[in-house]
Amino acid sequence: MARYIARRLVSSLVVLFLVSVFTFLIFQVIPNGSPALRIAGRGASPATLAAVVKEWGFNQPLYVQYADMMEKIFTGSVVSYSGNINVLGQLRAGLPATVSLAVGASVIWLSGAIVIGVISSRRIGGTVDRLMGVLASVSISVPVYVIGAVALYFLAYKVSIFPNGGYVPISQSFFGWLDHMILPWLCLSVGFIGLYSRVLRSSIIETEGEDFVRTAKAKGLTKRRILVHHVLRTSMIPIISLWGLDFAGVIGGGAILIETLFNLQGVGQYAAESIGLLDIPPIMVIVMYGTFFVVLLTTAVDILHAFAEPRVRLQV
Amino acid sequence: MSPIVLSSSETLAADTPSPHGERHRRVALRRLLHDRVAIGSVIVFALIVIACLCAPLYAKYVAGTGPNDNHVTEVIRVGGRPTDVVSTSGIPIGPTWQSKFLLGADSNGRDVAVRLLYGGRTSLMIGFLAAAITLTFGTLTGILAGFFRGWTDTVLSRALDVIWAYPVVLLGIALGTALELGGLKLGPLVISGNSLFVPALIIGFVFIPYLARPIRTQVLLLREREFVAAARLLGKGSMSIIVSEVLPNVTSAVVVFVPLIVANAILLEAGLSYLGAGVQAPNPSWGTMIASGVALITSTPSLLFAPVIMLVATTVSMNLFGESLRNAIGTTTSMAGR
Repeated sequence: MARYIARRLVSSLVVLFLVSVFTFLIFQVIPNGSPALRIAGRGASPATLAAVVKEWGFNQPLYVQYADMMEKIFTGSVVSYSGNINVLGQLRAGLPATVSLAVGASVIWLSGAIVIGVISSRRIGGTVDRLMGVLASVSISVPVYVIGAVALYFLAYKVSIFPNGGYVPISQSFFGWLDHMILPWLCLSVGFIGLYSRVLRSSIIETEGEDFVRTAKAKGLTKRRILVHHVLRTSMIPIISLWGLDFAGVIGGGAILIETLFNLQGVGQYAAESIGLLDIPPIMVIVMYGTFFVVLLTTAVDILHAFAEPRVRLQV
Repeated sequence: MSPIVLSSSETLAADTPSPHGERHRRVALRRLLHDRVAIGSVIVFALIVIACLCAPLYAKYVAGTGPNDNHVTEVIRVGGRPTDVVSTSGIPIGPTWQSKFLLGADSNGRDVAVRLLYGGRTSLMIGFLAAAITLTFGTLTGILAGFFRGWTDTVLSRALDVIWAYPVVLLGIALGTALELGGLKLGPLVISGNSLFVPALIIGFVFIPYLARPIRTQVLLLREREFVAAARLLGKGSMSIIVSEVLPNVTSAVVVFVPLIVANAILLEAGLSYLGAGVQAPNPSWGTMIASGVALITSTPSLLFAPVIMLVATTVSMNLFGESLRNAIGTTTSMAGR
């Protein structure tokens, strides 16, 4: 086990290093056009350009530039060019909304998927089962922001069941927070519920054919006990590793698309606004932090997976 | 959700690749022809493609305006009554259901139906171009890494790992914003920042590992097969073995990926353009149209629903066709993603 963890950590460190180099290359070394112009954005004055060249050391050799950039990003001293605001401060301000969004949505989609997955595995070919099959195949074709926009139109403008966006901190008002988060949560989760319940369903069906389930039946355990203690425990494993990937995907994509739509003022919306202004420093920082987070999260999920399922340790 | 399908990329490894011959291909084709969903989705997709290809004809002979022509101050007759294209309070006209402004106008007084078709051309072109890039380079790296193993594999796999580590949308944003200023210059190839090739290139690049990884796994298995050993004993060189023995055996796996990649490329294009990191103004694309539709959601919902319906019809038909194709060929491939 220790060997597996060590090997997994080393390979993640290599990936993290390569990601940092590649991000550096994307923003500073892509051929054509001066990198200073790229950082300073459209319509920058010559004075700003000169300042950027000096600040980011574009007259230095590449490895010095790389070291400088990494130092800037990880000490949190990057400043955006529109408004001259410290990027890290902005990220900190946006984090509660983004975390609320991602955590809340994944709680909904995991619990929803478990309930529906179990129901559809009880009645294979039943209404719920078939409906989830359709939902799963539609969800891969409809992007979240489209679901969000349509939901916003019908549930916030046509019929005012939900507020039409905005974020209320949980410390200010719990119910206000809940009220503003429900629609974004549901929009993010609905597709995942379809996918996850499909995966869980086939995993349950597979597990129920295993010997230990027959043994449990032979022991005379109740159906409910077999399902909860024996079948579900095993068949949850694929869902959990899938969750690692998708949670990361929400942080690195879904949040950017949906926060803007619902005006949640989180990190994602900050990213989207920076794209609109072509303000490169915040984008650079968000790409770097986001990808690092994703790599670390997938590593953690893989290690947990190895604890849960010893077979995994032999692979990779 | 961002471009996603469930399950791991290594599913391909589960079914040991078998030599797929002429007979197999004919069986798959016959299955497809008997699949109503497959036929239906191909028809829907073909109609969308044809409609978008005819965009200039529609613009010239029916609507009488181009995709970027403003008519903000003009007045048209709807049901006999003169109506402002864009009202004095800035609200554009909704669907008129007549030849001019069939689906209404946007806030710049541009004909939505014309833009929808031109936007479709953009979205489809980028989708196909990106898919071609992914297919070429994904198959190539997958085969090279799997066939030669050793150093080639280490280097290529690490490169794939790095691209894979980024969430798709984040990498698209990074490349999109970096290339938007200044464009790209690769030797003799110069692409300006607002060119449509920029998003196509980015999207094609981002999806490479999602194809290359499963192909690599499959080639790793294939190279151990008897017919590869036989070819080697016959004195064939590596390149000739790759072309005549390996490539024909991965084609069905690659073919299965085509509709998935096209659908995902169109979705990513829409997502990036929605955020402003894809197709640049004034070029219409379904993504940019959705973004401006969201802004006017209360006053003119048709601006949102027109591109949404086109986008969803395109991707749903592509994905349904992909599923039928998968069933017909009989592999369990799926595209892992975020």
